[in-house]
Parts: sequence; C-alpha cells; structure tokens
Amino acid sequence: MSAVIFFIAAIGALAGAIGVVALRNPFYSVLALVGHLISLSALFLLLRAEFLAAAQVIVYAGAVTVLYVFVVSYVGDGTVPLGPGGLRLRNVSALFVGVLFVELSIAILGSGLKAIDGEGAPYVPGFGTPESIGEALLTKFLLPFELASLLLLVAAVGAVMLARRRMGGTTLEDLPYDESRYITPRSLFSGTMAEAVGALHAPPEDPRQTARQTAPYVPPAERKPAEPVPADETKED
Amino acid sequence: MDIGWYLVVSALIFCIGAGGVLTRRNPLVILLCLELMLNAANLSLIAFSRMHGNADGQIFALIVMVVAACEVAVGLGLIVAIFRRKLPIDVDELKELQG
Repeated sequence: MSAVIFFIAAIGALAGAIGVVALRNPFYSVLALVGHLISLSALFLLLRAEFLAAAQVIVYAGAVTVLYVFVVSYVGDGTVPLGPGGLRLRNVSALFVGVLFVELSIAILGSGLKAIDGEGAPYVPGFGTPESIGEALLTKFLLPFELASLLLLVAAVGAVMLARRRMGGTTLEDLPYDESRYITPRSLFSGTMAEAVGALHAPPEDPRQTARQTAPYVPPAERKPAEPVPADETKED
Repeated sequence: MDIGWYLVVSALIFCIGAGGVLTRRNPLVILLCLELMLNAANLSLIAFSRMHGNADGQIFALIVMVVAACEVAVGLGLIVAIFRRKLPIDVDELKELQG
C-alpha cells in the first residue's frame, strides 16, 4: 500500500516539477508548484514527518504561493521568447543536468550506506510529531531557532524596503494620481511609509500636490519612451 | 519503500530545478525553480532522518523552509522593484547590478 502511495506521490511531484520548468506562463508554473508541494508533503507523510508535511502545505502551498500569485498578477505574465543563443544555452544546460543526474545516481548507488536498501530505522512512537519537533527546537536547537526568527525579521524588513513606494501622490506605476481614473478614491499616501507611521492624509502644503494639479495627466501611450527616472528615486540608492 | 527510492526522486527533482534555473529567463520562474531545488534537498534530508531514526534532519529541513521563505520575500521584492523602474523582467537584460 505504501508503495502505491509512494509512486503516485512521486509521479505527482515529478510532473509538478516538470510543469514548473516547462510551462510558458508563470501563473501556470505557480499552480504546478502547488501540485508539486502537495505531492511532496505526501512523501513527507510516508517518511513519518507529520509536522513538516503539515508545515509544507500551510506555509508553502498556502502562503508562499499566494505571494507568488500576487507578484505574477502585478508584474504580468512576462512570457519572454528565447532570443539568439537560447537554443545553445538550452543544449548546454540539458548536458549539465544529465551529468548532474548521473553524478547523483553514482553517489546514491555507490554509497556504502547499507540502510539505503531498507525501510529505515524502526518506528518509534512520537517520531516527527509537533511535540518532538517543538521540544528539539527549544532545547537542542535553540540557537538555530532564534537565528531563523532573526532571519525572517530581516527578510521582512528588506522586502518592505525593496518594494515600497518611493513617494506619495503617485499610482502604483509611478504616474501622477488622477482621481477620475479610480472608482474608489484613495489617499495619496496609501501604500507609502508615511501611511505606515500614521500620516493618513497628505499635508495641504505639500509641494508635490500643487505640482500634480498643474501638470496634466498624460496616458502612458503618449509619453516619451525614454523618460528620465525621477530624481529622488536615484538619489536614495 | 526503500530509502533509496526517495533519494532518486530527490535527485530527479533537483536536476529538473537546476535545468529550469539555467534555461528560464523570467526571474519569477527562476525563483520557482530554486524552490524546487530546496525542496529536493528537504526530501533527502527527511529521508536520511527516517533512515537514522533521528529527528534532527527534520529540524534542518524546517530551517531550510524558513530560509526559502526569506529568499522568496526578498526575491519577489526585488522583482517588484525592477518592475517599478520599468526595466525588462528578463535576467539576460539585467546584466548590471547598479541602481
């Protein structure tokens, strides 16, 4: 029975992985990744890693892929055709991947590990449950646990600093904010750092606001293609 | 099932992910392929943890998942920043790491 479940889950994981690589639309790639992760969590369950299987489904298939879907729908599908040199690169990478797989197979087959050909150590009740994982995290692995939390904090702050809006009074595409284009008018500062610290409304004497009223809105199609980057964007870096 | 089968599946997933990182040009898909490679490493870690009957490998896999989540957050933030500067979303075009 476990062999049947293993082969179904392994085929699902491999099909999902091939789908991630081969599908042209990044949105479908993300969906293939969800299928891959769920199949992989079935494999984790077969290996008695119950907590990790649950964490895989909740954290990866639930949270991380939602982040991907948001960014894909923000950036657009971005299907890029392969330019000149793409075919040669594809051949070289296929060769590299083949060599890599042969090397890994040699490592697996030629290893002196006798236990590879078995089901593993005898099952102890409580192996891989949330209790045992939590106890190990708070006793033996306390330092990696704290470092992981610090790393998550750094990554969250870094992501906000990278993706924040540089200035108020513009739309997400850095165009001047035009109220008539939006069904629901919003604050000029929504999504900026100023809003995050509590300044919900633009100050009335803001010079950018008067500049916005004098400069008429130009649709992106009519704008000049080589538009210089706004000054305070370049200055910050 | 024998532990070796899990290792073979892990090696296959890793190779597919490596091929994707080398061939695809969209940074979003490259991040997805990096996820594949990290998950392959996770699978082999958990397989070895089962082989030894020792849960330390599972802790290692959990930390790998944390690092992968951080990488996704920063990588997607970079892609959004690239998009907002109206640069092409193509790793072959983004050759210079300067502002």
